[in-house]
Amino acid sequence: MFSYYLKLGWLSIHRNPLLSSLMIAAIAVGIGASMTTITVNYTMSSNPIPQKSDQLFYVQLDNWDPNDKREGGFEPPDQMTYLDAMALMKAHKAYRQVASNRSGLVLEPAGEDARPFSVTARNTWADFFPMFDLPFLYGSGWDDAADRNLEKVVVLSKETNERVFGGENSVGRSVRFNGIDFTVVGVLDKYYPVPKFYDVTTGAFDEPEEVYIPFNVALEYKLPRNGNTSCWKKPDGDGLDAFLNSECIWIQFWAQLRNKKEKQEYMDFLNAYVGQQKRLGRFPRPMDNRLSNVMEWMENQKVVDDDARVLLGLSLLFLVVCLLNTIGLLLAKFLGKSTDSSLRRALGASRANLFAQHMVEAGLIGLGGGILGLGLSWLGLQGIKALFGDIVVYLIQLDWVMVLTAIGLAIVSALLAGLYPTWRACRIAPASQLKIQ
Amino acid sequence: MLSLQNISMVYRAGLVETHALRDFSLEVDEGDFVSVTGPSGSGKTTFLNITGLLERFTDGRYFLDGRDVSKLSDAEASAVRNQKIGFIFQSFNLIPDLNLFDNVDVPLRYRGFSAAERKRRIERMLEMVGLASRMKHLPSQLSGGQQQRVAIARALAGEPRFLLADEPTGNLDSHMALSVMELLAEINRNGTTIIMVTHDPALAVMASRNVHILDGRVSDPETDTQLAAAASA
Repeated sequence: MFSYYLKLGWLSIHRNPLLSSLMIAAIAVGIGASMTTITVNYTMSSNPIPQKSDQLFYVQLDNWDPNDKREGGFEPPDQMTYLDAMALMKAHKAYRQVASNRSGLVLEPAGEDARPFSVTARNTWADFFPMFDLPFLYGSGWDDAADRNLEKVVVLSKETNERVFGGENSVGRSVRFNGIDFTVVGVLDKYYPVPKFYDVTTGAFDEPEEVYIPFNVALEYKLPRNGNTSCWKKPDGDGLDAFLNSECIWIQFWAQLRNKKEKQEYMDFLNAYVGQQKRLGRFPRPMDNRLSNVMEWMENQKVVDDDARVLLGLSLLFLVVCLLNTIGLLLAKFLGKSTDSSLRRALGASRANLFAQHMVEAGLIGLGGGILGLGLSWLGLQGIKALFGDIVVYLIQLDWVMVLTAIGLAIVSALLAGLYPTWRACRIAPASQLKIQ
Repeated sequence: MLSLQNISMVYRAGLVETHALRDFSLEVDEGDFVSVTGPSGSGKTTFLNITGLLERFTDGRYFLDGRDVSKLSDAEASAVRNQKIGFIFQSFNLIPDLNLFDNVDVPLRYRGFSAAERKRRIERMLEMVGLASRMKHLPSQLSGGQQQRVAIARALAGEPRFLLADEPTGNLDSHMALSVMELLAEINRNGTTIIMVTHDPALAVMASRNVHILDGRVSDPETDTQLAAAASA
């Protein structure tokens, strides 16, 4: 019977093209508006590394100011000091661990005519690449020995490699940053985690860095840092050494812990470490070490900000308004063909038959609204892109999940809108419409 | 086959009660061709609605093939209508955007027949009413008489126990009306019971039996004659 109802629905839509178009347009506008914001929210809140997000833990140690108490109590800082990060790296208690920070370098291409240009860089450790599953086009990341031996090695992004080496396999070739020659050990393939989970402190939706160099090398050669740095008390003196020994936080620390046991053992280790530091006069606040997996950390950092949620709510309200219009139009349409319904009742259709027939028609209208709404969503997303530029380019992509969501939402919305008109249509007394006289 | 026993039907609108049928009883046997006549407001419409299970009545009992169908659920009443009753309306009531084949198909769809069985029945019925060659035409492409023939084909396609015809020739000219009546008579001769409401005495006499309704009751001709005589005196 479903195919029969589809045929009847299609005929009914054709019978009243203007009314049907109005309904489809009403649903499409609602879907277009809501899917635009749903897409942005969906991308913002998506899991950037689903295959192991429950194994990757952001590490927080609460070394912060005891006088900086907010509503709800103390909140550990979102980055780590150099002292603590290096202590954890040295202890090597996790399956993998990475301390990293963002920086900026000047790349000086070979050739007399080539002009230097700025690149964003990440100072990091060997584990960064296997831990976060970065894809390689050529070569690989560096190894632990390179970290220990201060080897001047670099991993380039695909775009940087194309710009400097024309996209060729540049592994083994030299590239100069800030007057220092580095050897290329790897070239990444396309890599755009959304959100950029491993460092949300510099913008959760920024593009990933263009080059990656060993953390120790960056320090050894006093290469610049340009991430966020926060201090609750001044360093004891000037210069890099004083800064490194201060309570200033500027490093993001991640640990890969493969199971609950490893997580518990690591937490025990952190507690022991902080306990020891307390005895040395650091960590004045109550002990509050935290391990947050990727999605917990995204939630903690409010990657999806409140404005986006409010906008989502408003757009869904708009969809409801569009559906209220659709209800009115469907009511007019269904009651307008009450003679047809009454005739079918006389010929043997039960109320359930009529209910199914009308709901299928409402679903078809929803399908039309969904398809048109997808087009409007695409336009809406292009509008956002035009308004905000490249910084949102990764937030406005309609993937197949969003396409199916739009169609599904439109059909469900139309079915909900169709419930009351269908109920009314099924309640019509057939005798009153058939003019049996 | 069909037995209406002491049926009463009261419409209530606020404090006003209208008795459409009063203690109405009627027996129809298999193979009958019953014409139902009566003045406007006499209760013919209500009688047809109740007989066709399109309306519930206030009091009394209704037996169809020995089964009490007085208080069927909606789904049960729909099934009985679909399987046992064929409707023919004054204004044909064909669905305008379905072709003849699909119009005749409507009751069969709700019957759950296979596609092959439906096709077989539809083609046979359209052939019987002489419209097999036009099964892909829309109703608007047919004359009134042809449309009523399609409606008859639709009513018969499910092989019902009886036909309920509501002024089947009311919208037709005399030539077409005669043609439709001949078709109904032939259908009746082939064994299908027909109950036909009509205003036209000339058509009523073509039935094997006439039932006259007056003030919601089956009228007794002798009493009516006496009352008429008394009134004229």
